[in-house]
Amino acid sequence: MNKIRVLVGTRKGAFILTSDGARKQWKVSGPHFPGWEIYHMKGSPVNPDRIYASQTSAWFGQIIQCSDDGGKTWNPPGTKPEDLMAPEGMPKGESNMFAYDASPETGKPLTTHQWYDGTQHPWEFKRVWHLEPSLDNPDHVYAGVEDAALFESKDGGKSWHELAGLRGSDTGPKWQPGAGGMCLHTILIDPSNPKRISVAISAAGAFRTDDGGNSWKPINRGLHSQYIPNPTAEVGHCVHRMALHPSRPNTLFMQKHWDVMRSDDAGDSWNEVSGNLPTDFGFPIDVHAHEPETIYVVPIKSDSEHYPLSGRLRVYRSRTGGHEWEALTKGLPQRNCYVNVLRDAMSVDSLEPCGVYFGTTGGQVYSSTDAGDSWKSIVRDLPAVLSVEVQTLS
Amino acid sequence: MIRVVLPPHLRTLARVDGELELEVETPVTQGSVLDALEAKYPMLHGTIRDHVTKLRRPMVRFFACGEDLSHESPDAALPDAIVKGSEPFLIIGAIAGG
Repeated sequence: MNKIRVLVGTRKGAFILTSDGARKQWKVSGPHFPGWEIYHMKGSPVNPDRIYASQTSAWFGQIIQCSDDGGKTWNPPGTKPEDLMAPEGMPKGESNMFAYDASPETGKPLTTHQWYDGTQHPWEFKRVWHLEPSLDNPDHVYAGVEDAALFESKDGGKSWHELAGLRGSDTGPKWQPGAGGMCLHTILIDPSNPKRISVAISAAGAFRTDDGGNSWKPINRGLHSQYIPNPTAEVGHCVHRMALHPSRPNTLFMQKHWDVMRSDDAGDSWNEVSGNLPTDFGFPIDVHAHEPETIYVVPIKSDSEHYPLSGRLRVYRSRTGGHEWEALTKGLPQRNCYVNVLRDAMSVDSLEPCGVYFGTTGGQVYSSTDAGDSWKSIVRDLPAVLSVEVQTLS
Repeated sequence: MIRVVLPPHLRTLARVDGELELEVETPVTQGSVLDALEAKYPMLHGTIRDHVTKLRRPMVRFFACGEDLSHESPDAALPDAIVKGSEPFLIIGAIAGG
């Protein structure tokens, strides 16, 4: 019997929602790490009981937590009670140390980016936005951080080092923070070639490596952003989220600040597929587990009004890879609804029919067991939801 | 023994209840107390002061004997009452917000 586990990060802790394959009765566990912001949690594809969590606080900074039992118990990597008793001495407690690489060998002498006033500003670590376990090793995990950079751990999160070629690429000094900060929030690993990784940064754009992270290039050709001086600039685009289907890794979908975009050449060029969407501003985008041309977005009124149009919460689905969209409303509030759905707060399961899940800033987590045709809330009154990840367990 | 009181969130992180007691070599300073604290509870690295610069995080404060010592040098000797263990060294999450 299959089982579904939904990992929900919120402003005030983590929650884990579990159900059997029928997806009707849900058990809610949490809050874990109560009072802390949980930006993201994600399990390893090869060992789903290995889950990483990003726990942050304006007071006490960044913590990385790791579970090896599906979220029942957690430890900061390297600080388990048995580690403390190790005869060789105390662990160093570096699982939350994200130090930008400034070494002459790999760090390159790049230490500033563009600040709001146009001056150059030093990179300053603030938090981990997204954790992406590798596809083949539960101890190998990537972290997308603010100020924007990509880090990697190969020891289960005990220590991290920066893949500095991204920040050190020629465009780094032109990157600048958006309203939410300058964060690296999307990490897509090509399942057919794990050395090819695409990332997205607000507000710099999308970037890709084909050599496992040593060298990177912007992949923003075709993006058009009215809010920057040169709307087709190489960098400066506020990409909100990207998604791919594992069977077609060269096809990328993007929800930009405005515009829903599609690339069929791994990001080398993009085309707008907003079509008949009522507004093409939004944050999340995701792909159906079994239909690579079926995609989901949640249109939001505008960049200054972060809530659904007319108070009606509608997911839009395209079964044609974009251009043609249909509103999915059954079970979703259709009046007086002014929540937002953040960029990492949508996910799908791989059951049949495909389940779709999203969380809102109003604390609701909605699920659909029929690929979006109808929706139910699993929970309604959590703290604001920052992230939703779904695990399909056998 | 030096007595240390952590804010609630860090007590949870370090899995301790109430006050901590630390052996700290003389001279007893903010820096030496935090060194001993982080050695015994490595999960606290980076939560009170920066990993590298060792600067106090902006919204963390150090109180002792009714005084705010947050802006004192990390190398300054702490009051005798702290050294003797008659008063605790308080690590505080600053009030922020409305």
